[in-house]
Amino acid sequence: MKILITGISGTLARGVAYRLVRRGHEVVGIDRRPWPDVPEGVEMHQADIRKRPAEDVFRISRPDALIHMATVTHFTTTTEERYRINLGGTRKLFEYCHEYGVKQAVFAGRHTVYGATPDSPLYHTEDEPPLAGAAFKELADLVAADLYAGSALWRWPELNTAVLRLCYFLGPSRGGTLAGFLSKSRVPMVLGFDPLYQLMHEWDAEEAITLAVEKQLRGVFNVAGPAPVPLSVVCSATGKRAVPIPEPLYSSVLGRFGFPYLPDDAVAHVKYPIVIDNKAFVEATGFVPRYSAKQTMEGFRWN
Amino acid sequence: MSLLDDPQVRRNVERLPIEFDDYGFDRFGLSRKALVRAYSPMAYIYRHYLKVTAFGLENVPATGRGLIIPNHSGGLGADAAMILTSLILNDEAPRLGQGMAEYFLTRSPFARPALRKLGHLTGLPEHGEQLLNDERLLLVFPEGARGAGKLYKDRYKLVRFGTGFMRLALKTGTPVIPCAFIGGEESFPQLFHIKWLAKLLNGPFVPVAPQLILFPLPVACQVYYGPPMHFEGDGSEPDHVIQQYVDEVRHAMERLISTGLDARPTAFMFERMPDSDQEQRR
Repeated sequence: MKILITGISGTLARGVAYRLVRRGHEVVGIDRRPWPDVPEGVEMHQADIRKRPAEDVFRISRPDALIHMATVTHFTTTTEERYRINLGGTRKLFEYCHEYGVKQAVFAGRHTVYGATPDSPLYHTEDEPPLAGAAFKELADLVAADLYAGSALWRWPELNTAVLRLCYFLGPSRGGTLAGFLSKSRVPMVLGFDPLYQLMHEWDAEEAITLAVEKQLRGVFNVAGPAPVPLSVVCSATGKRAVPIPEPLYSSVLGRFGFPYLPDDAVAHVKYPIVIDNKAFVEATGFVPRYSAKQTMEGFRWN
Repeated sequence: MSLLDDPQVRRNVERLPIEFDDYGFDRFGLSRKALVRAYSPMAYIYRHYLKVTAFGLENVPATGRGLIIPNHSGGLGADAAMILTSLILNDEAPRLGQGMAEYFLTRSPFARPALRKLGHLTGLPEHGEQLLNDERLLLVFPEGARGAGKLYKDRYKLVRFGTGFMRLALKTGTPVIPCAFIGGEESFPQLFHIKWLAKLLNGPFVPVAPQLILFPLPVACQVYYGPPMHFEGDGSEPDHVIQQYVDEVRHAMERLISTGLDARPTAFMFERMPDSDQEQRR
């Protein structure tokens, strides 16, 4: 199969590319960022997904499947630019898929789209609406992108679309949202709260995305590995110091005193859990995570 | 310290039919360490202060899902605490009863993680379903806060039942175990409620009892478990069918309550009620 990966220079996407090449697929990649030591078997195009050269890749390479991983978060990108990339880019890519006869599209989204609120249940299922945008405006564009990708299911029924909502991952690349939160020696907790965090090994996350393409998945799927653990355990197992901070002071310490930076609204994600039910994904793909939470966190610690 | 580390509690927590991970947590964030720490002082109160005797524990399934449906007795939550303790201290087959917590508690700092570590999640129907599908034992007071705020003059009269527990039982195919708690109303006889204070605190009610403090008197209490009741259906039945099932449970509870009240020599009993079955077994 010829598979196009957008955002291929990203942490997870490179791993997915390696996996696909090893399994005998042809991989084409698009990214604005370079991938200097791109492996054999990967055809790399340094381009912007919203621009003409990206369409050319579709027209000339004619991929059978698309893995869309070119989304950005508030950690790196301003609001306006995020909307252009996450929503505008996703829209363009799905239109190209339709136009150039791509058979399978996989959108790699995030489990944070469900949002963290005190009254929401644990183990979110895919039929629940993603509510993150209401309380956390920096996630609104990703929620919209997730829903837009899902709309391809009725917009272009002949295109097999899978929307993945992946939980946090940790791994040797030290990339990703959770790794960023744990990047400094201290982790800011909110005094009196200790939410469950669901995480999986980076390599398991790569495997899950690969499986989604190979099994020609269709629909919306939560992707998670081992059972969640409290944030305090995440901190101690990864060798970080959890510092409980009274909520009124929380936003003023972020980005200072050895704490990582977070937007103000992110405090809800440090107070309340986002836990997803991965039953549908496991049933559809037979996915079995190889690494336990303990192995993942300790691997991250000593890596 | 035996008050925070009771050997029987520790032993029985180890035997719970629940899967814990490498760090002693289950998939809902329940903590084995917190269970021992919280139930150890409860076991002391159970044995030496409220002198609880539990009857019919063989009716509680040793493994697998179940819904324990008790009456509210006394406004302090001692009823829930003692019922839960009786389930843990059951050496034949210890079980953890998990409750559904009040919304305002699960928004509060400290209360939220503490409740979660003991297995009490926010009172959402989804949580009830998830726990039962995971073969847990759920404790639901069908009278709700209305029942907890019963005055002494209305003691042991059941107030209106909610029907949510029955739909949950039908949807998940869970047996209902009716349960009666006796003695709570004497240990904390509620004479009246301070309504303005309740409104000020945004809580359900503020009771006043003769002891004036919010702590029970050392009246001996008893817990009775009735035989499990199985109901046919899938939870989508019309209201009158559900109501009929709920009334069946209610009658079973009324029978257990009157058995329990008749068995006491006096209402204000300060000695433990002997359990002949248990003595024979020993």
